[in-house]
Amino acid sequence: MTAATYLRPGLPIPVAENDGLDAPYWEGTRRGELMVQRCKACGNWQWGPEWICHKCLSFDMGWQKVEGRGCIYSWERPWHPVHPALKDQGPYIVVLVELPQAAGIRMLGNLVGDPRQAVRIGAEVEAVFEPHNDAKPPFTLVHWKIIGAS
Amino acid sequence: MTERTLRGEVAIVGIGETTYYKHGKSPDPEFMLALKAILAACADAGIDPRKIDGFASYSNDRNDPSRLAAALGLPELRFSNMQWGGGGGGGAGAVANAAAAVAAGLADCIVVFRALAQGQFQRFGAAPPGGTASGEAALNAPYGVMSPAQRYAMRAMRFIHENGIEPGAQRAIALASYHHAQRNPRAVMNGKPLTAEVYDASRWIVEPWRLFDCCMENDGAAALIVVPAEQARDFAKKPAYLLAAAQGSEYRNGARCHNAPLYATSSFTTVAPHLYAMARLQPADVDVVQSYENFTGGVLMSLVEHGFFTAEEANNFLVPENLLAPGGKLPLNTSGGNLAECYMHGLELQVEAVRQIRSESTTQVPDAQVSMVISGPMVTPVSSLILGSGETL
Repeated sequence: MTAATYLRPGLPIPVAENDGLDAPYWEGTRRGELMVQRCKACGNWQWGPEWICHKCLSFDMGWQKVEGRGCIYSWERPWHPVHPALKDQGPYIVVLVELPQAAGIRMLGNLVGDPRQAVRIGAEVEAVFEPHNDAKPPFTLVHWKIIGAS
Repeated sequence: MTERTLRGEVAIVGIGETTYYKHGKSPDPEFMLALKAILAACADAGIDPRKIDGFASYSNDRNDPSRLAAALGLPELRFSNMQWGGGGGGGAGAVANAAAAVAAGLADCIVVFRALAQGQFQRFGAAPPGGTASGEAALNAPYGVMSPAQRYAMRAMRFIHENGIEPGAQRAIALASYHHAQRNPRAVMNGKPLTAEVYDASRWIVEPWRLFDCCMENDGAAALIVVPAEQARDFAKKPAYLLAAAQGSEYRNGARCHNAPLYATSSFTTVAPHLYAMARLQPADVDVVQSYENFTGGVLMSLVEHGFFTAEEANNFLVPENLLAPGGKLPLNTSGGNLAECYMHGLELQVEAVRQIRSESTTQVPDAQVSMVISGPMVTPVSSLILGSGETL
C-alpha cells in the first residue's frame, strides 16, 4: 500500500457479520459508496443495521446509497494507546457524524487532517474512503474531512 | 390489586470485602477472592455460610454460583442469577434481582457478589488481541474506538457541548472521591491526595477525560447479603432496607454505532423516575449518594438525571465543597469510589451505601437515613437503588 492510512496498521480488520446483516455496507465501502439501511415498507432510515425496522417492524429492510456529507454531532480525541498498534500513534480524532439527508442517522469515523486541530460540533464534513487493499481480507474505512479543508 | 413494590420488602444485613489491590497484584486467584468476600459478609451478618441459598451477580462474573455452592458446601441452591449486559451498570440491578427473588419467596438468603483478578484475566481498559472485528466492533475498533473510555467519551462530549459544562465540574467529582479516600484506610489511593493543580496537569486519556476522570482497575471482591425484611433484625448489624430499585434504559439506547436518539445521557432518564416512585421519595430526601465513576462525565449526567440539579446548574453545583462529607449539600462517593477506593465494578459502592445507613463509614454523613447508589452510567442497561434505615419504612 502506498498511501498512508490515518491510523497505523495493525488494528482489528473489520469483516461482515457471519449472518450477513451488514455485508451490503462493507461491500459498498469497497466501491466508494456509503450504503445504509432504509425500510422498504415505511421509508425509515436505520443505522446501525438491524434485521427489522424499528419504526414499522417490517423485515423488508433495503439498502440505499447516501451522499457522504454530514455535520459533526460529537467527537473525542484519544491520547492513551489501548492497542499495541497505537503505541506510537499519538493523539487522533474520532467524530460522530450526523447525516441530515438520511433522517439524522449517525456514522463514526476519524477526522482526517491535523490530529491536534480544534474540532467544532456542527462543522460540515464529507466522507473520505480509505482502502486497505493489502489487508487480508481487504476492506475500506470511511473517514470524514472538514468541507473546504485541504 | 395490591401495589407491586420492593419497598421495605428486603434488607441488606451483611457486607464483606477482600483487601483491595492494584490490578494484577492480588496474591489470590479470583475464585478465592470471591469466597473470601462472601465469608466476610457472612461473618459481618453473624451467620453460618450454610444459610446462603442463592447468588446474584452481573457483567458476566466468572465465578459460577454452582461452583460456589459446591465449594461452600451449601445444603441447597435456590437462586442463580446473572444480570445481562451493561458492565458496571448491573450493580444495583443484581441487588434488585436478589431482592425480587427474596421478596417473591424464591430464596431466603442471597449473596450479591463481584470478584475481579485482572492479572489472571484480561483488563477492561486494554483492547483485546485478535485479527478481525465484526458487528458493532467493526464500526468502532478500526477507527481506534476500543476501550470503555473511548466508547463513551463522545456521549459526555455532546452533553458538555449542549450544556456549556466547564472543566471544573468534572474535576470536582474526581477531587471528592480522592478527598474521601484519604479517610479510608481500605482505599487503594489512601495516602495519595489529589489537588486541582495535579488534576489540571494530568495527561489526557481521551478528551474530554484526563487521567483522574477515569476509574482505576483493581483486583479484589465484594459481597453483600439480602434477606427478607421481617428477618432483618435477627442479624448482628443494623439492617439497610431496600426502599427502591430500578434498571433499564431509555428508548433505543442500545441502537448500534452510537445511534441512541438521546445520546447525551447516562441512560437513566427513564430509570430514575421509576426509582423515586417506588421509594416514594424526592431527590431532596437523599442524604448521601454513591455514583459509579467509570468516568466523571458519566457521574455528572447521572446526578442530573437523578434530579439533584439541572444541567444548567451543573457548573455551579459541582464544586468540591458541595460533594464532601460530612457537610456538603450532596455527599458523593464517600469511600473514594471507583476512582480512589477500588474499582470493584461498583459493588464497593453498594457496600459503602450500607455503611452510611449503619453509621460505619470512614466519612460518615451525620444521621444518614436515605442512601442512594447509581450504577454504571452511559452503558445499557443501567440501574440504581435507594437504601433506608428502619426509620424510613
